[in-house]
Amino acid sequence: MNSQARIPAVELSSRDLKHNAHNALGDAQLRGNMRKAMDSLMAKRLASMPDEYEREHLREMGNHVRARALSRLPELLERLEANLTRNGVKVHWAETTEEANRIVLEIAERHQAKQVIKGKSMVSEEMEMNHFLERHGIEALESDMGEYIIQLDHEKPTHIIMPAIHKNARQVADLFHDRLGEPYTEDVDALIQTGRRVLRKKFLEADIGVSGVNFAVAETGTLLLVENEGNGRMSTTVPPVHIAVTGIEKVVENLRDVVPLLSLLTRSALGQGITTYVNMISGPRKADELDGPQEVHLVLLDNGRSQAFADGELRQTLNCIRCGACMNHCPVYTRIGGQAYGTVYPGPIGKIISPHLMGLENTPDHPSASSLCGACGEVCPVKIPIPSLLRRLREENVKAPDDPHKVMRGQGSKYSPRERLLWKGWRLLNRSPWLYRVFGFFATRLRGLTPSNLGPWTQNHSAPKPAARSLHELAREHLEGK
Amino acid sequence: MSAKANILAKLRKSLEGTAPVADDYDVDLVTRPWSYPAAERISRLRQLMEAVHTETHLTTAADWPALLEKLLADKQLPSLLIAPSTAHGAQLAAHFAGREGLPRLKAYDRPVEEWKAELFDDTPASLTGTLGAIAATGSLILWPTREEPRLMSLVPPVHFALLKASEVYDNFHEVQQKQRWAAGMPTNALLVSGPSKTADIEQVLAYGAHGPKDLVVLILEDA
Ligand code: SF4
Repeated sequence: MNSQARIPAVELSSRDLKHNAHNALGDAQLRGNMRKAMDSLMAKRLASMPDEYEREHLREMGNHVRARALSRLPELLERLEANLTRNGVKVHWAETTEEANRIVLEIAERHQAKQVIKGKSMVSEEMEMNHFLERHGIEALESDMGEYIIQLDHEKPTHIIMPAIHKNARQVADLFHDRLGEPYTEDVDALIQTGRRVLRKKFLEADIGVSGVNFAVAETGTLLLVENEGNGRMSTTVPPVHIAVTGIEKVVENLRDVVPLLSLLTRSALGQGITTYVNMISGPRKADELDGPQEVHLVLLDNGRSQAFADGELRQTLNCIRCGACMNHCPVYTRIGGQAYGTVYPGPIGKIISPHLMGLENTPDHPSASSLCGACGEVCPVKIPIPSLLRRLREENVKAPDDPHKVMRGQGSKYSPRERLLWKGWRLLNRSPWLYRVFGFFATRLRGLTPSNLGPWTQNHSAPKPAARSLHELAREHLEGK
Repeated sequence: MSAKANILAKLRKSLEGTAPVADDYDVDLVTRPWSYPAAERISRLRQLMEAVHTETHLTTAADWPALLEKLLADKQLPSLLIAPSTAHGAQLAAHFAGREGLPRLKAYDRPVEEWKAELFDDTPASLTGTLGAIAATGSLILWPTREEPRLMSLVPPVHFALLKASEVYDNFHEVQQKQRWAAGMPTNALLVSGPSKTADIEQVLAYGAHGPKDLVVLILEDA
């Protein structure tokens, strides 16, 4: 693909990961853009956490804070709801994305809303909220610059923190020129000012603002959002109605719990000690206040999370604070980019969370798309053991359909009777000495018949060939000869 | 059953027979590396804020209106949004009173719905107070009020903020404890650590993405 070509903006299916990855690897522009961005993000993270003692102990603490919250999740969710309600926020619960979308639509219809402006929210991506609202005649516009750029190009985010990281300035310049009729410029400041101008008008007009939530504090009934741009503040402050959407796992027990998590989040994500804005919303506008939304809603979404929660080991997936560091350090993600995964969450975190959200039947290759190099687990600020969770998901993936131990949706999606039989045979062979000897005898004598094409293995390796005599035989001969 | 009942029932079932994880929160870890001698607090704050494009000035409780007047002139700002019923708003209004040729002072005295377009299109700058600042991260603390509403620190392209030097804390944990945040949060509380920015295009940093393009902090050394 030549370097001028645009990255294909298609709806990539999560079931085609291998195929998508193959295509992405052929895109030199994409690989160049990703490499540059990831190298810089890795360097920035490390520079912001130079003290190993502080870094490692804080990660441990981050893990404990999250584990503590999950260990009392139902109680904290109820406390969060009670405190938010007391503060005047309306709380809604949704088991599926469909339900969550319905809740948002009902609120929008009650206000006869025509325009929704959205701050960055991965859960709204899970819900495909924009498309849902648009099908019901409501315009939903992204206000995060990166999200806005990819929305203009009908793409999906490629990274959870930097959605348009796969594009370079020239590609954005082309896009603004083509879609907005702006004079062509590759000057990043000028491009951002164009975005600012267009979106400011939308903030002014929008009937509803939507946002995600970084941490929901049960103790005080506070929704905490971090961002650099101010679009999150605009979306949650200017329109008369604010709807926050979040997964049920985002709750923390106390306000002080936010301190270590915030420090870990911003430094792991972008190498920043803090983001420009930390926005703590505890309620709608009071009767005597002059601005702020009149109504604030929170939608708590399950969408497969309670399934991940059910298994003590897989539950650790829900510790995630969505910093993206695992992606930035992943050799696979860096080479294929986020879109190849065909899921909302790409990279290592995507490979462990997406199977819960979408079922293993829709993400069959994700747990295997890893070299298990361990980099993701080493950088994760809340110490999620991503490599071992990947191995665990691989196991769930090959379980027999009739395996009584049902852990997750789509379990056994890679089950193959032939492979199972082969392993059974292999086990038998290795447990029965006489069978092993017979096998060894024939394998060595008939070595000339070994196939030279062993599928994917021989694409990059020479075919294995048994030796003329097995080690056992050679040893025996040697000892007898003595 | 409702979605809520279903979700909670599933979660409860999964936790059956397990004990909650103990609270071993380590205060030292979030405070000790982030503590500074009193003399260094302001310089650290300024250094961090200036590194992200914030302008800071040292002044005094008596002199800041004159400094602000000069900054408004330098930046050629024709008007300034203030909160006249706050002490600092009143002080500035008194400083400007009866003098010709100064930028116009505007009061945020109506619900935003009544003047949204003007706020967005014809309000180039604003002045707000702060509840202090955090030296560890270079952040201002803002708790908007009825007098000084939320959008004052967000919509105008230039935001002037007043900070008392005595109210610079070491770290976020300390602020939460000393100001007893958990006892009652306002509808909206904020940490602001610079002007609005983005690095969404090729990681090139650009300021003034959506919020203020310029943040100017006036630090009152004797207050
Ligand atoms: S899994 Fe860990 S490293 Fe990856 S996004 Fe979540 S918190 Fe960050």
